[in-house]
Amino acid sequence: MMNSSDLGIADLQARALADIQSAQDLAELDQVRVRYLGKSGAITAQLKQLGRLPKEARPQAGRQINQAKARIQEALQTRKEALTQAVLEARLAAERIDPSLPGRGQTSGGLHPITRTLVRIERLLSQAGFSVVEGPEVEDDYHNFEALNIPPHHPARAMHDTFYFDAHRLLRTHTSPVQIRVMECQRPPIKIIAPGRVYRCDSDLTHTPMFHQVEGLLVDRVLSFADLKGVLYDFLTQFFERKLDLRFRPSYFPFTEPSAEVDIQCVICGGSGCRVCKQSGWLEVLGCGMVYPKVLEQVGIDPEAYLGYAFGMGVERLAMLRYGIDDIRLYFENDLRFLRQFGSGGKP
Amino acid sequence: MKFSEAWLRTWVHPPVDTQTLGEQLTMAGLEVDGIEPAAPEFSGVYVGLVQQVDPHPNAEKLRVCQVDLGQGEPLSIVCGAPNVAAQMRVPVAIVGARLPGGHRIQKAKLRGQVSQGMICSAAELGLAESSSGILSLPADAPLGMDVREYLALEDACIEIDLTPDRGDCLSIAGIAREVGVLNRCTVRAPAIEPIPPATEARIPVQVQAPEACPRYVCRVIQGIDPRAETPLWMQERLRRSGLRALHPVVDVTNYVMLELGQPMHGFDLAKLQGEIQVRLARAGEALTLLNGETLSLEPDTLVIADQERPIALAGIMGGAETGVSTETRSIVLESAFFSPHPLMGKARRYGLHTDSSHRFERGVDPEGQVRALERATALLLDIAGGQPGPLLEIASEAHLPQPNPLHLRRSRIQQVLGVELAEEAIEDILHRLGMALEPAEGGWQVLPPSGRFDLVLEVDLIAEIGRIHGYDHIPTRHAITSAVPQSLPESAYDLHRARTLLVARGYYEAITYSFVSPELQRKIDPEQAPLALANPLSAELSVMRTSLWPGLLQVARSNRARQQERIRLFEIGLRFRQAGEELHQEKMLAGLALGSVYPEQWGSPKRTVDFFDLKGDVEALLSLNASLDRFRFIPMPLAALHPGQSARIVRGDQIVGHLGLLHPALAAELDLPESTYLFELLLPALETGQLPRFSPISRYPAIRRDLAILVDQDISYDQVRDCVLRAETQWLQEVFLFDLYQGEKIDSGQKSLALGLILQAPSQTLTEQEIDASLGKILAQLREELGATLRE
Repeated sequence: MMNSSDLGIADLQARALADIQSAQDLAELDQVRVRYLGKSGAITAQLKQLGRLPKEARPQAGRQINQAKARIQEALQTRKEALTQAVLEARLAAERIDPSLPGRGQTSGGLHPITRTLVRIERLLSQAGFSVVEGPEVEDDYHNFEALNIPPHHPARAMHDTFYFDAHRLLRTHTSPVQIRVMECQRPPIKIIAPGRVYRCDSDLTHTPMFHQVEGLLVDRVLSFADLKGVLYDFLTQFFERKLDLRFRPSYFPFTEPSAEVDIQCVICGGSGCRVCKQSGWLEVLGCGMVYPKVLEQVGIDPEAYLGYAFGMGVERLAMLRYGIDDIRLYFENDLRFLRQFGSGGKP
Repeated sequence: MKFSEAWLRTWVHPPVDTQTLGEQLTMAGLEVDGIEPAAPEFSGVYVGLVQQVDPHPNAEKLRVCQVDLGQGEPLSIVCGAPNVAAQMRVPVAIVGARLPGGHRIQKAKLRGQVSQGMICSAAELGLAESSSGILSLPADAPLGMDVREYLALEDACIEIDLTPDRGDCLSIAGIAREVGVLNRCTVRAPAIEPIPPATEARIPVQVQAPEACPRYVCRVIQGIDPRAETPLWMQERLRRSGLRALHPVVDVTNYVMLELGQPMHGFDLAKLQGEIQVRLARAGEALTLLNGETLSLEPDTLVIADQERPIALAGIMGGAETGVSTETRSIVLESAFFSPHPLMGKARRYGLHTDSSHRFERGVDPEGQVRALERATALLLDIAGGQPGPLLEIASEAHLPQPNPLHLRRSRIQQVLGVELAEEAIEDILHRLGMALEPAEGGWQVLPPSGRFDLVLEVDLIAEIGRIHGYDHIPTRHAITSAVPQSLPESAYDLHRARTLLVARGYYEAITYSFVSPELQRKIDPEQAPLALANPLSAELSVMRTSLWPGLLQVARSNRARQQERIRLFEIGLRFRQAGEELHQEKMLAGLALGSVYPEQWGSPKRTVDFFDLKGDVEALLSLNASLDRFRFIPMPLAALHPGQSARIVRGDQIVGHLGLLHPALAAELDLPESTYLFELLLPALETGQLPRFSPISRYPAIRRDLAILVDQDISYDQVRDCVLRAETQWLQEVFLFDLYQGEKIDSGQKSLALGLILQAPSQTLTEQEIDASLGKILAQLREELGATLRE
């Protein structure tokens, strides 16, 4: 290699530019910078030697050297940016991950489908102004039966297969006793729902000895069966999120009159008849009626001044229809493979 | 109640088909459970006369019959029935006939003899479950007539599921009235005339319990034909109503019960001693019933007795000894009104439920006894002959249900139903329902018919009007109710947030039965005497849980059996604890965790859940509405838990709950892994919380200093923390543990705690001197109170 000081400035510049281009990383590039522009670099040396030139030659030579220096500096900067960019790109390429790998940490569990349904019922009816109240599950005969106009040995009791503890205490067979407990200590207007567990001494393919009901009660001065139809029609429509045909069928509950059972158009077959609705096209989902005057009298509410409506629904049944569950016993087996289907679908 | 549509249509014949009739009944509150054809499909079966019966040349048990079908040559038919006889009229399936199940009759040779058809039994025509021989048709059955037509088999059996208030519809008469009302058409009852007595025969009757039996009607009928048979038409109506023909007397009483709703009974007069008494049973009396069961009678049971002994369980079932048989020639026919109330529950107590008790408990028409007896007498005389004695009636007016006229207000109808009905429409409905109406102030005075025990109040009449008018014709509206915001305590425990929190931490909600196995209960909570069910479904579900743990442990076990290795569960529900006479029904939130902390995943080591993972979850639950500072976790052995890894959670002096590791012995016994953790919180104890309270935020820097101290192993972290908080109250913002060490590098019996301290002043930057002074105070206090030393 020739000594750089021996070269003309044009050659020096050409060599510098070539060296810059061939620098493969920032360190190498910095060596190039030092070699030409450092304290003892070739260009610096040229500048130092300017003084030895004849006076008249100096301006031109100075201009040439400075031009070369500027060109080299510019080339260094360009090359530096390119190399920095290349380094960043290489790093980014090296740091690439597989975003399809599973996330870490805790996965969510889930609510029981009954709770999920209960919460939905409570929210819908809370919006309509019903407050949620609860009552005891070990009840007395008075609240579960007598106050509801079901005296001892009444044939209606045969419809309730009751679990007893002794002559007075039993497991509530419905959520209706909560009606009585609320009316005993609250004056109208009363607007409540009472969700909870109820018990019947019955266990087979379609019955479990424990299940859930939601009771509703409204007591006010002006109230009619038409209003009862209204609230249930809208409740069921909103619950199932679709327009449904409803059928109010006269029925009998000792604590309401008139009484009705409410059938919805089968949500499985749309009313054309299937196994679930026993080919009838209808599914019974609710019992309801106007509170019987004797029941109001019993709790000291004047049945001439006030009217009441009440309704009760089976939560298991509503959840079955909504989620397509085909066996009531699954609810209480609590198989995680079942529960997972109603959570957010996390793995175990 | 099951009945024949054709029978109903002899009473009332509305212009609607079977399907529509069924829908009408359902929508009137008489829910139709099912409609079935009276007989299965068959064709090509005609009435034939057996002219001649010859032995089969090649088979001992077969006969060759010549059967006349009224036209053409008689058919030669091979028959194996033991009861085939000349002059019998029988159903004949001719060649080409199709029997139930699709079986087609073909010309056949039976042991060498040509058979041109088949003589059928009732069972072969689908008219009976089984038959011992061919069906014998009446002598006047027209030859050659299609048997379907002759037996009027184009009929439907309609089964309705009646609610307990509608005892009045447990009869053709009652259903006919409903159908008449619904279709606005006339109802025609069969003519029932008093039967003039042919003899003076009677039996003395003493009604000693008139409150339970306000009306007793009976009659002696002598000389009935013991060989008489119930006519086919009656047998068929009984069959289509779900009853079997047994004996003319029984069949007639059943028939009248189905027709008019009045249960009746026939006694064999020859077996009665002296007289009939209607009285309460005496202590120690026994009675063998028609079903063969012998009852030891309770003294509050109403019986029919003769001079010697009880002969029937009044209104429920007759006795075996005095029942009618093929020997019976004279009978006493009973038609009584037993009051519903004294009878309720009695049959059930003896494990019985009969057509009779079903009706009496719901109430039969108290005015219908004489009519029913006259009807039964007439039918029986037609079938079995005999000489009726005079009708004897003993009634106690005072004990009979009294007419109950009701004041019905027009305005109230509209108030309750929410629809305005025309006066004529209301009157028409009530008239057709058999009510007597008189104008009264603002409406009517209404007298319901005598059998309607369900019509007690004005609103019962309104319900009737609504029902007949049709619930579907009542509009849909919304009640206008007061818009009062309800109370919403902000610091109350929000159960839904608690659920959501646990779900986010990987827990699944379980719902388990509130009754559990007493053994498991005892293992988990041996100090509590659980409340036991008197009539449990099984021993496994026989006591009320005193804790939610037994249920969760069971669920964990069953899931482990299904290869679930990581289980996190919670449940919310009541526990039932007895304290003396009191029963506490307390709402609990309980949880269980076993297996690894996190689902098995890449890039992080697997770790099994431990006490402090669970405590973290519990602390999150506690801090939903209160500051964690208020709670203490105190070591507390519990039967179900590891004595060294369990704690009671308290707030002040109130117990809030428990948590810990399942006792290893229990884990082994229940076949659960050793790392099964449980917690249980008493929700009423969490009910009151605190509202957030703002305090100013310092703008000056916070300083962190770490302190590693050595203390005796038995000193709890709570003691250390409390000591630190007490020592420095001015600047100390936060103290936390970031390391705990026990092992080689320090003395055994000691542990090293590394504490992080955050110091900050509200209105200045702390100087080094101030910080050192603070740390000095803390160290001095730790040294003094707990013997702590600074770790070098």
